[in-house]
Amino acid sequence: MKRLFFILPVIAFAGLAAFLGFGLTQDPKELPSQLIDRPLPEFSLPGIADEPGGGPGLVSASFRGEPRLLNVWASWCAACPQEHPVLERIAAEGFPVYGIAWKDKPEDSRAFLARYGNPYSGMGADFPGRTAIDLGVTGAPETFVVDKKGRVRFKQVGPISPEIWESQIKPMMLQLQAEA
Amino acid sequence: MLAEIGHFALILTLLVATLQAVLPMLGAVRGDAALMAFGRSAAGLQAVLISLSFACLMILFGQADFSVALVANHAALSQPLPYRLAATWGNHEGSMLLWVLVLAIYGAGIARFGNNLRATLQARVLSVQAMISVAFLAFALFTSNPFARLFPVPLDGAELNPLLQDPGLVFHPPLLYLGYVGFSVTFSFAVAALLEGRADPAWARWMRPWVLAAWVPLTLGITLGSFWAYYELGWGGWWFWDPVENASFMPWLLGTALLHSAIVTEKRGSLAGWTILLAILAFSLSLIGTFLVRSGILTSVHAFAVDPERGVFILAMIIGATGTALVLFAARAPMLKSGAMFGSVSRESGLTMNNLLLMALTAVVFLGTFFPVIMEAVSPSNKISVGPPYYNLVFVPLVTPLLLLVTVGPMLAWKRDDLAALGQKILLPLVIVGALLAGLSLWLGLAQVSAALGLALGGWLVLGAALVLVRRWRGAGGFSWRLVRTTPAATIGLVLAHAGLGFTTAGIAAMTSFAAEKILVMRPGETAQAGPVSVTMQGAEEVDGANYRALRARFAVRQNGSERVLVSERRFYTVSRNQTTEAGIGVSVLGNQYIAIGDTQADARGPKGTMGLVVRIYWHPLVGWIWFGGLLMAMGGCASLADRRFRIGAPQVRQSPGAGPLAPNLVPAE
Amino acid sequence: MKRIAFALALALAAPAAVILPAGPAAAVLPDEMLPDAAQEARARALSKNLRCVVCQNQSIDDSDAPLARDLRVLVREQIAKGRSDNEVRDYVVERYGNFVLLKPPFEGDTLLLWAGPFAVLLLGGAGLIVKLRRRPVMTPDAAPLSEAERAELDRLAGPSS
Repeated sequence: MKRLFFILPVIAFAGLAAFLGFGLTQDPKELPSQLIDRPLPEFSLPGIADEPGGGPGLVSASFRGEPRLLNVWASWCAACPQEHPVLERIAAEGFPVYGIAWKDKPEDSRAFLARYGNPYSGMGADFPGRTAIDLGVTGAPETFVVDKKGRVRFKQVGPISPEIWESQIKPMMLQLQAEA
Repeated sequence: MLAEIGHFALILTLLVATLQAVLPMLGAVRGDAALMAFGRSAAGLQAVLISLSFACLMILFGQADFSVALVANHAALSQPLPYRLAATWGNHEGSMLLWVLVLAIYGAGIARFGNNLRATLQARVLSVQAMISVAFLAFALFTSNPFARLFPVPLDGAELNPLLQDPGLVFHPPLLYLGYVGFSVTFSFAVAALLEGRADPAWARWMRPWVLAAWVPLTLGITLGSFWAYYELGWGGWWFWDPVENASFMPWLLGTALLHSAIVTEKRGSLAGWTILLAILAFSLSLIGTFLVRSGILTSVHAFAVDPERGVFILAMIIGATGTALVLFAARAPMLKSGAMFGSVSRESGLTMNNLLLMALTAVVFLGTFFPVIMEAVSPSNKISVGPPYYNLVFVPLVTPLLLLVTVGPMLAWKRDDLAALGQKILLPLVIVGALLAGLSLWLGLAQVSAALGLALGGWLVLGAALVLVRRWRGAGGFSWRLVRTTPAATIGLVLAHAGLGFTTAGIAAMTSFAAEKILVMRPGETAQAGPVSVTMQGAEEVDGANYRALRARFAVRQNGSERVLVSERRFYTVSRNQTTEAGIGVSVLGNQYIAIGDTQADARGPKGTMGLVVRIYWHPLVGWIWFGGLLMAMGGCASLADRRFRIGAPQVRQSPGAGPLAPNLVPAE
Repeated sequence: MKRIAFALALALAAPAAVILPAGPAAAVLPDEMLPDAAQEARARALSKNLRCVVCQNQSIDDSDAPLARDLRVLVREQIAKGRSDNEVRDYVVERYGNFVLLKPPFEGDTLLLWAGPFAVLLLGGAGLIVKLRRRPVMTPDAAPLSEAERAELDRLAGPSS
């Protein structure tokens, strides 16, 4: 009985060491999305065109009938220029990419697209940042994969690299296209 | 050239440490005096070599030698010299070198001051100490070499984060390291005792000064860190339950428990197993703290550049050191001789409760810090956070009985006391503090009852400490000067430390309940009020500093009829492009006035388009008492260290009839 | 740079009719604050309990980050709309998960966290009680000797007074 008390510390420590070791493989800042398998939150955003009202924007209701990528980006985001060529490639392959310009002035968004290219089939401007909060966005860029029924199926935190596209997202998109 | 010398010295230190890890242990097992003596020489040599290496690094920083990568990354030409020097330990590699330096210095200390130790014990302690050194030296050399060169050599370096360019940074890490690393000595003592199979009062007596030697700087380091955060971060917070802060608090809590447990083992021979376990755990927590800061496993404002690979190495070290020690503990500790029995109402039982409460408190901080990591393994989709609300909810109910006990403990007799006698001694302070509590409740109003309780608790502690002296000084025939003059330093230590705890408690209670705040946009000539503090903005101007430009605002501050001028700055550092706020603080015994400015902003109240300055005004009652208490505690520890008993030679075993199984050289309990 | 120049204008006490580009915000700013003091107090309390998800271990009340500011404004909007504290918290948790709560929820998963320290205390206390119970009786109240025993004692030790 007395022996038990003496062995307790070693056992507790072994458990702790296991957890710490596991913890090393995780990223403490990565936040799993709350939206997986849930409908895209409602939004109706103005566009970024140089006209009153911003021109045609983006509404959540339009995310129906085809799987789409929804990319949250900004002109001030350091990793977005790196991601942009990948998005252009995705668009060129025929997959629809839509964008939300997060906390960006329309003129800055336009300047960015003029400089780096425009892969987007549609764009909404979220200057107040409210839609981004509804999407649970914690930084730019983040990309959501939305299926035919308007449900979010996957969230990519950080830029999409060619590897991530080929190995994870592209197969997912193909599968979603084949879904009913 | 210097970098290569430093690097080479580091390699030599590793070699010496390796020898020191093996040979003295061998000598202890074989009884070979020469091998055991080698341990002492090796410890001295290690200290010299690592000092040389560290000195080289500091000189490189002082000279702003950008051919060394570390210097280029943490020092700029415009950075003032003191902060270039302090930048030596303001980064991962340099701080690891500091770790090893302190480790070696303590090792040399054991060799130099421990000559009244049993030779075998000293040799074993030095060996274990060297094993720890070897692990950290290997870590530094193979994964975190501070002397790596950079080519091509840049013309200027990257500036140290301006938040760290502050006198506080110069002292805060070295003090903390003296604390963390100091517990390596007690760890070594514990492991040596397990290896020898003996943890008798003599062992505890030899170990106790080393506990204090670590505990005092750790207390000072934490106090300084809290004080520094208060005046540097711009809104008067003094503790945030950040993982790295917790990493320093946990060894402190267990170190306090160890200190008290060692007293019992020294005087009565009991709780030896407890003392050993606490010594192992205190240092393990130091190691886990190091792991926390550098591995990236938890986010923290304090974290160094994080690297999971380094984390693996440190985890391996922890498993090696703590795992081995705890296995040894499981195997050997049950065989240690049990100490004298004690009654359920006795000083021993009081100190055991003290141990338990401190361990529960450590568990609070530990669980709060590491639970997110555990949760992530157990249910990965449900990521949680643990912040101040948790700690405040759980820590406070557990610390309150402890604080009550602190005053009762010294009133208890050793071995066996009874409640009636205790009741008599407690009566007076209970009545006084009860009256204080009633008075405070009436004055503050019943809504503030928790504040009144906190303040009364502080009073309970200070009064209890004072009563220790009163009881000591009042001999059989009334007050006696002789008794005053012969008060042992250890008693003074107890009084100062416990009183210090009281001041800290009162300060925290006041800050929690009565702090006042006002945030608004101000223009020159306007006045605002926060609690009892009335502030009028006088004006603002632009000023230039050594490596920054600043907006400086002046305020006339009135309180209780007296007036002073406070100045606050918003600084913009040109090289790193960082911004900081320097607050204007008006200090007084009863509290601080605290003003911090922000940026300019449109003022909603004035005509459209007028600009004002964001101003935050605070009243912080009794906040200085928090750190004053910490200072008193550290002073108490120093007083205890100065006690004559620690400098008289080995304890004399006195055989007296009817004495307990142990308890040789007893000095009467304070 | 522009900011400092405008501030200089402040020092001359001449109100300048210009609009500043928004700089990095310090934590709660006057322009975010609700006019109703009670509501503002609720907002502050809620903010202190919500984690800034892009920061290193700060609440949205303490953090400078733009997202923290957005969330502070959101919290105040919800309060102004009449939502209760729980509703506001749920609103944010729905979007960011339990991670955003600085006070972890009371649920089965977190039992160890909330009960652990008390368990340590109870376990240790139990150990102490067991140890104290096991000790030999320290002051045996000796029963007085019987006649026969006294006679035996006298025989062995000699008559006592």
